[in-house]
Amino acid sequence: MTKRDYSLLGPDGKRAVDIGLAAAEWYHTDVPRKVMKDLMQRSDQPAIRDTVILYGCMIAFAAAGIALWPSLWSIPFWLAYGVLYGSASDSRWHEAGHGTAFKTPWMNNVVYEIASFMVMRNSATWRWSHARHHTDTYIVGRDPEIAIMRPPAFARLLLAFIGVPDVIAFFPRLVYNAFIGVHPTEKTFVPQSEWPKIVRVARISLAIYVATLALALWMRSILPLMVIGLPRMYGAWHFIMTGLLQHGGLADNVIDHRLNSRTVYMNPISRFIYWNMNYHVEHHMFPMVPYHALPALHAAIKHDLPRPNASIAEAFGEMWPALRRQLASEEYFLKRDLPATAKPYRMDFHEGALGQTPAE
Amino acid sequence: MPWIDACATTDIDAEDLIRFDHAGATYAIYHSPDGQFYATAGKCTHEDVHLSDGLVMDHLIECPKHNGQFDYRTGEAKRAPVCINLKTFKTKVEGARVYIEVS
Repeated sequence: MTKRDYSLLGPDGKRAVDIGLAAAEWYHTDVPRKVMKDLMQRSDQPAIRDTVILYGCMIAFAAAGIALWPSLWSIPFWLAYGVLYGSASDSRWHEAGHGTAFKTPWMNNVVYEIASFMVMRNSATWRWSHARHHTDTYIVGRDPEIAIMRPPAFARLLLAFIGVPDVIAFFPRLVYNAFIGVHPTEKTFVPQSEWPKIVRVARISLAIYVATLALALWMRSILPLMVIGLPRMYGAWHFIMTGLLQHGGLADNVIDHRLNSRTVYMNPISRFIYWNMNYHVEHHMFPMVPYHALPALHAAIKHDLPRPNASIAEAFGEMWPALRRQLASEEYFLKRDLPATAKPYRMDFHEGALGQTPAE
Repeated sequence: MPWIDACATTDIDAEDLIRFDHAGATYAIYHSPDGQFYATAGKCTHEDVHLSDGLVMDHLIECPKHNGQFDYRTGEAKRAPVCINLKTFKTKVEGARVYIEVS
């Protein structure tokens, strides 16, 4: 078997289109329309509450960190600020990008832009990359958001916990977008009408980083960077920890989210930071359900889903050995077992889509 | 243009929609919160997804796959990732039936 080519312009992506694996119809659990309508209802209140708590805590922690700087007593406050800046921003970017966090559109847009800046993603580009992630989840050569490629690059995965690969990728692209324009890869999934936004967002972001760096140089202190920029590194660990679990070690090139996504029960603090995206099978199957309704959605459809992992630790205990096996065998993956109450996988369909002969 | 008997007025809850297939084409028929009926093409212009599984909010329909939104009265694309407007069709109510004018 040839090695996977994750490039969006490569042969695997072309093959996925040719065999109908791209933009395919995916499996959905049957949910009565009235139940689903209730689950999809939007509300401002939960996200306003959570956003006030989030930004309030960030201001308080940053103020304490600045007040105690450069004492070691400031470290706990920076760690707390960092995880809210560098990790909670990922989930806010995600949910506000879907437009499901708030009922009021401008609230989604404001939180989306702030979160995109903090998590170092061009808000215009990534809105479209995430649409593709939902169209072609873990379809090799189509999904631009595959976090763990096969064979896994463990050094890169570990460095991701402190944001290194993302930051290294972000700044050259930021400069490219600001001064040259839209990258050819981005042109494969962003409509031409949106290209000016990519450039505008890049120039604004670059100006903020340059101003922060200039202030740091003027103060002869990294303190400004502790507030803007560096938290994307020292606070990224939580969103990497939860993000790797979303699809890590599971099947790729399938069109059933029960096979390629993972739901993990988590503690309340992680669920606040992660905005309930631990219900990841549910989110992918029904992306119009807001984060605050995902526990109810989970209760409604869990009879049709694989058993969730009981905790973050248990999920890592399952995923990490599978990733290690993928080092030796790129084709290895964790096959999810379904409960007796679930509808079966369409293995014949999956195998057919993969160009294999369906098993008898 | 022929008028097609699509459904009963009671088939669609207020602020909801149903799918209606006719002559090889698929449509979405909406019952707005103010009691009016509207019809559009049945699939999102972004990707091949039936809108009938989506969410109606006031006069918007949100696609169930990528959360793109259209004003179903005019078909106007209102929220990314949809950029292309949705085709709309005239409707009328006679008795307790909803008719759409298909082209």
